[in-house]
Amino acid sequence: MPTVAMTPHLYHFFPVLENRKITLAAGSVVELLAAINEIAPGFTDYVLDDRGALRRHVNLSINNTMVVDRKKLTDHVPDDATLYIFQALSGG
Amino acid sequence: MPNIILLGTRKGTVIIDRSNAAWHVRPIQHAGIPVCYATRDPRNGTLWSSLDHGHWGPKLSRSIDAGKTWEDVTSLKYPEGARYIVKYLPTPDFDPQAPEGQPEYAEATVFKIWNIAFGNTEQPGRLYAGTIPGGLFVSDDGGDSWKLNRPLWNHESRGGDLFAGGATSENRWGGTPASIDYGVFEPGIHSIVVDPRDSRHLHIAVSSAGVLETTDGGKTWAGRNSGVLNDYLPNPEAEWGHDPHFIAGCGAQPNHIWQQNHCGVFYSEDSAQSWKKVSLPDVGVHFGFPVAVDAEDGRTAWVVPAQGDFQRMAIGGGLCVARTDDGGQSWQVFRNGLPQTNAYDIVLRHGLDIAGDHLCFGSTTGNVYLSEDRGETWQCLGNNFPPVYSVRFG
Repeated sequence: MPTVAMTPHLYHFFPVLENRKITLAAGSVVELLAAINEIAPGFTDYVLDDRGALRRHVNLSINNTMVVDRKKLTDHVPDDATLYIFQALSGG
Repeated sequence: MPNIILLGTRKGTVIIDRSNAAWHVRPIQHAGIPVCYATRDPRNGTLWSSLDHGHWGPKLSRSIDAGKTWEDVTSLKYPEGARYIVKYLPTPDFDPQAPEGQPEYAEATVFKIWNIAFGNTEQPGRLYAGTIPGGLFVSDDGGDSWKLNRPLWNHESRGGDLFAGGATSENRWGGTPASIDYGVFEPGIHSIVVDPRDSRHLHIAVSSAGVLETTDGGKTWAGRNSGVLNDYLPNPEAEWGHDPHFIAGCGAQPNHIWQQNHCGVFYSEDSAQSWKKVSLPDVGVHFGFPVAVDAEDGRTAWVVPAQGDFQRMAIGGGLCVARTDDGGQSWQVFRNGLPQTNAYDIVLRHGLDIAGDHLCFGSTTGNVYLSEDRGETWQCLGNNFPPVYSVRFG
C-alpha cells in the first residue's frame, strides 16, 4: 500500500495526521487525497482549488517524480510508492 | 462605546479589548497566516477572519466564543461552470488600437476573500463576501453555506452569462493590482454596503470597475458611476473602469455614500445615482484608500490622506486624518497625537473604522492609532504590529 508524507505545515491545520503512518489503497492521486480527506475532513480544500486542481504553490510527487496531471490528478500511485505533498517556499 | 478592535494583519488576527478604560492587546491568533479582513457580526457576536494563505488557498475562519477558538469555513467556492474573461496587465508592446482577439476564458476559483458584510436585522443569517476574481457570495445560514450571486457574475459589463456559452458583450471590468499576488489581473469586490432600511438594497464597489447597485436583492445590478472622474483613462467619464478604493454609507441616512477613489474623494447624497468630487488637494485631501462615515450624519466623513498614487505614503512625512462636516465643502486636518516626522505610513482600504465618536486606523508600517473624540486627537495603541490590512470595531 502506498504511503503519504507531507509538509508538517499541514499538521498545524490537521493535527489528526501528525505522528501517524498514513497508508492507503493504491490508486490515482485524487483518490489518495480523497482518502486523506476522510481522515482529516477539509484537507483537500487546502491542497486543491475550487475546481479540484492542485493549488499553484503546492507540489506533489510520487517518489522522485513530480505529478504531471495537476488539473485532474490522474497520475497513478502504485503499492510500493510514497506520495509526497510539498509547499513551495515563499515570502517573508 | 466599542469594546473590541479587530485587526487583520500580515501575520494573523489581532484582538484588542477595552477593559478598565484601557485597551489591551491579546496574543496574535491565526499566527503566521495573512489575514486580509477581520470583523465582528454585530447581530450575534461571531468573529470572522478572512485568511489569505499563501499556499493553501483563501479560507474563512469564524469564532463563536469571542476569539477563544476558531473553525474553518471552506464552503465558499465558485460553482462548476463559473468562468471569466481573462484580463492581462498591459505590457510595453500593448497596442490599444489593435483589434481585439477572441476572449480567453478561465475557470473561476477564489483567489481572495476581500471583504465580509452582514445583512440587516430583517435577515439574521445573511452574510456577504466579496472576492477576487470579482464574485459576490451570499450566505443565508450564518456562513455555513455560500452561493455565488449569478446576476452580478453574469452582468453584461463582464461579458454576459458565461455559464451558458461564449461572451455576449465586452468585458468592461478591469483588474486590480491586489490580484497580481495570485498570478492574475482580475477584478475584486472590496466594499459591500447594505441599506439598513431595505435588505434588497445594496451597493458594492469593484476595483477596477466601479460602483454597482441592486434594489431587488441582487436579481439585477446597475452601474452607479455618474460623476466619478477617472483621470487615468482617455475618457474620465467612462461608464466602467473606475477604481473606487472603498465606499461607505451612513447608517441613519443611507442615501449618503462616500467613496475614496484612486482619483479623489467623491460624495453622493442620492444613493450613488450621482457623485460629486469633493477632494481638496490644497489641504491634502485627494488620494488615499479608506473612508469612514458618521453613523448619524451623512455629511460627516473621515479620510486618511496620502501623497498620491505615485507616492503611496503619508504627506510630507507626517500622518494626518481629515474630517468634513459639510459634505466635503471643507475639510479639517487633525494631527494631534500622530507622528509628524519620518512617518511614511499608508493606510489601506479597510484600515480605518468608526464607532460613535471612536475612530481607529492601522497602517502597513504596523502602527495603530485610536481617537475617542471624532478624530481630533489620537493615541497610539502600538507601533510594532505586523502590516495592518483591516481595522474593525466590534
